[in-house]
Amino acid sequence: MQVTVTVNGKTESHDVEARMLLVYYLREVLGLTGTNVGCDTTSCGACTVLLNGESVKSCTMLAAQADGEEITTIEGMASSDGVLHPIQEAFREHHGLQCGFCTPGMVMAIASFLKEHPDPTEAEVREGLEGNLCRCTGYHNIVQAALAAARPGALAP
Amino acid sequence: MSTTLTDGPAAGVVGTRMLRREDPALLSGEARFVHDLVVPGALHLVLVRSPYAHARVISVDLSAALASPGVVAAFSGAELAGEWGSPMPCAWPVTADMQSPSHLPVAVDEVCYVGDAVAAVVAASQAEAQDAAAAVAVAYEELPAAVDLEDAASDRVLAHSALTSNRAYTWELVPDAAAVERAFADAAVTVRERYVQQRLIPAAMEPRGVCVVPQPFGGEYVVYSATQIPHILRTMLGITAGVPEERIRVVAPSVGGGFGSKLDVYAEELLCLALARRLRKPVRWSEERSEAAQATIHGRGQVQEIELAADTEGRVAAVRVRLLADMGAYLQLVTPGVPLLGAFLYHGVYDVPAYAFTCTGVFTNKTPTDAYRGAGRPEATYAIERAIDALARKVGVDPQEVRRRNFIQADKFPYSSPAGLVFDSGNYEAALDAALELIGYEELREAQARRRGEGATRQLGVGISSYVEMCGLAPSRVLASLNYVAGGWEAATVRMLPTGKAQVVTGASPHGQGHVTSWSMIVADKLGVSPEDVEVLHSDTAVSPLGLDTYGSRSLSVGGTAIALAADRLIDKARLLAAHRLEVAPEDLSLSAGQFSVRGSPSSAIGLGTLAFEAFTAHDLPEGMEPNLEASATYDPTNFTFPFGTHVAVVEVDTETGKVDLVRYAAVDDCGNQINPLIVDGQVHGGIVQGVAQALFEEAVYDGEGNLLTTTFTDYLVPAASELPSFSLGRTVTPSPSNPMGVKGIGEAGTIAATPAVVNAVVDALSHLGVEEMAMPVTPERVWRSIGASASGTGGGR
Ligand code: FES
Ligand code: FES
Repeated sequence: MQVTVTVNGKTESHDVEARMLLVYYLREVLGLTGTNVGCDTTSCGACTVLLNGESVKSCTMLAAQADGEEITTIEGMASSDGVLHPIQEAFREHHGLQCGFCTPGMVMAIASFLKEHPDPTEAEVREGLEGNLCRCTGYHNIVQAALAAARPGALAP
Repeated sequence: MSTTLTDGPAAGVVGTRMLRREDPALLSGEARFVHDLVVPGALHLVLVRSPYAHARVISVDLSAALASPGVVAAFSGAELAGEWGSPMPCAWPVTADMQSPSHLPVAVDEVCYVGDAVAAVVAASQAEAQDAAAAVAVAYEELPAAVDLEDAASDRVLAHSALTSNRAYTWELVPDAAAVERAFADAAVTVRERYVQQRLIPAAMEPRGVCVVPQPFGGEYVVYSATQIPHILRTMLGITAGVPEERIRVVAPSVGGGFGSKLDVYAEELLCLALARRLRKPVRWSEERSEAAQATIHGRGQVQEIELAADTEGRVAAVRVRLLADMGAYLQLVTPGVPLLGAFLYHGVYDVPAYAFTCTGVFTNKTPTDAYRGAGRPEATYAIERAIDALARKVGVDPQEVRRRNFIQADKFPYSSPAGLVFDSGNYEAALDAALELIGYEELREAQARRRGEGATRQLGVGISSYVEMCGLAPSRVLASLNYVAGGWEAATVRMLPTGKAQVVTGASPHGQGHVTSWSMIVADKLGVSPEDVEVLHSDTAVSPLGLDTYGSRSLSVGGTAIALAADRLIDKARLLAAHRLEVAPEDLSLSAGQFSVRGSPSSAIGLGTLAFEAFTAHDLPEGMEPNLEASATYDPTNFTFPFGTHVAVVEVDTETGKVDLVRYAAVDDCGNQINPLIVDGQVHGGIVQGVAQALFEEAVYDGEGNLLTTTFTDYLVPAASELPSFSLGRTVTPSPSNPMGVKGIGEAGTIAATPAVVNAVVDALSHLGVEEMAMPVTPERVWRSIGASASGTGGGR
């Protein structure tokens, strides 16, 4: 079936199998391999992307369900001239990543979370990241990165 | 060695919190993991796995699978048996009489755990391979399974029909049996504890993956694998698949965490290689998460008995330990050796004169175990640190005071341990003091007393864990004495390019540790260049042919040392060239910030960048000097390194529901000199959470038939951010005298320290209710039951 989506600001249109999950559409059809797959039970959050600005686990929906919608992946976060998004920058500054496998999903989850909670407490950040697992960092520095990105001005365009 | 309470000196970039050079590629999605590689024409491998823990394979019918759309080939174990030059490798035959059942990538007539492969299917796409694998019809005759470790040790049921006993080996470390006997006979107080180290699933966030690309006309193979050990893997693949080693190039691209689970030679790596050879096509395999739970090694899996002989003041005179260690169904790369990595450390940080350790490795019909973060040392630390708390309760002394009374004193280093090691340096009391201060120990004890007095529902517990570990695996001679079949050195090359940039080649193979950053910092300071101007090449046997890879907190103390030594050798050569150019004796030159200048006449100077270009053009070199500035070093450590520290956990335990909340956590670690404290922090944070996870959340649960019940993240509870607090970190710095940079290693410390700290805290919260025993993971149900058992006078478990 034909699917038309806007991915990172670019309109894409492809004929895909009805059973194709969004994450495989992004990875295999569009070659956007920054979005990772860490589980098969929608538990890990490594595949998190933004659907119309809100975080969604891209292994939980079909590519077909994204028809007509807007998707942002980790590849769409930095500006085209290579300047990292403030959340990405905060991750770097606070050593919020080690192996980096969970990181794209974490960054996308935080982007969505901070839109809803522009001035979160640490506890709110921790609750907000409940659906994203990281095995390397112990979360401490991810939480620090999220709080830093939420500081006034950090996310201003 | 003196101990300081700071991050250490920072003359150049070494010692600073430099941001990681790895991050932009990982943060932007540019980094490539194995699963991200696009390989045109690659076939997809899917394995058919045994649903039985133990069964005879009667027949494997591949006809339906072969007729399935997209299928290229399908094989039973018997059809592949001719592919193997030898069985799957175990590199650590710990005793001469160790038993090791033959282990092939695909079983031929007997399967020995749920997940053991029985057939391999190759198709044009992953989905087609999966569909075809489901169509393979295997007839099994189910056999009784040895599931429980202690039951397996009794040989009631045999895990392999070819073996006459489930015992793999018994390994002893008893330097003076009579001294131990005497100490126990004379002891005023003894403590005898039994602990179960539950099986853990390493659960690196990136599942494993392999892709083998053959070059049929050259006979070569490029093996891309999510591995910690490209070098060891290359050698082992060559031997096991019967491919000459030099024809194999192993590349570990970005690797999404390992924690020991990617420190192995796996069936799927061998199969992709053998099938690429047979089919003359690229073959790839991608692990699914629920498959990973069975097909990737597990960690821990021990039953421990520890006894302390002490006096009434709580001074320990002897430690005696007996272990049963669950090997699982087969011996993987270092399975039998994992308990040995802890065997020397069951007396912990304490000056104990008499020591005895015995371990029996036992086969069960479960996923093989192998090294998981800390490998043997978390188990040892857990046993001694819980037993020390039990002793403290018995003699009625505060747990921090009992530790203090037994610590190996700072003036005793280098310390000859009762187990036969020489601990390089340490100051255990300084780390304990710093940790107690950081957490506010006295105030916590007061708060605890208040809550006890009030009979509060939520009780407060404080748990201490003081640890020492042996890192920097390993002096090759020591490995020889332990029957390990390889050495423990690491190799490095440092070179300067014509434009004055530097290049480092290392045999260490990172998967999240930030090696590129740390290695470039070391070399930047040596050569007086900016870290950005140091390129670090790693994890590809074509660019780094020699190496022993990354595990056991060895990369910095062994691999980093090799890099520093290679840089020094490069400088030695550059000095000769500089002397030639400046027409002075080499001894008259001093090097600072990359400039050689003549002592006493500093205006006469030449930079390393200029020398690199001159060495490259080779127009005017001293007689006999070879072109280029390049040097290699292979460093074989003279001793292990012994990082140490104290962690303190604070928990609140709800006495009505049994719920445990980890509310605060302080860690003071001493890893000697630090290259990058930012990275050290990260290692400690992540390590703590893996240790907390064992204490409170994780367990690989099997049913009585040997079925793994925890195959997904909904059953196997890897903790999320919401279940954890932030951590307070501190550090003392006691350099190691064993290597030139004075470094020790920090990759496993957090995991080693955290588990006993947390469980000690839970017991501490409830000790006034009579609770002494607490099994892991400490679930609300377990807490609730042990409170009930203590209240009804049946004693919490035993
Ligand atoms: S891949 Fe794990 S939640 Fe989507
Ligand atoms: S950084 Fe490795 S899983 Fe999060």
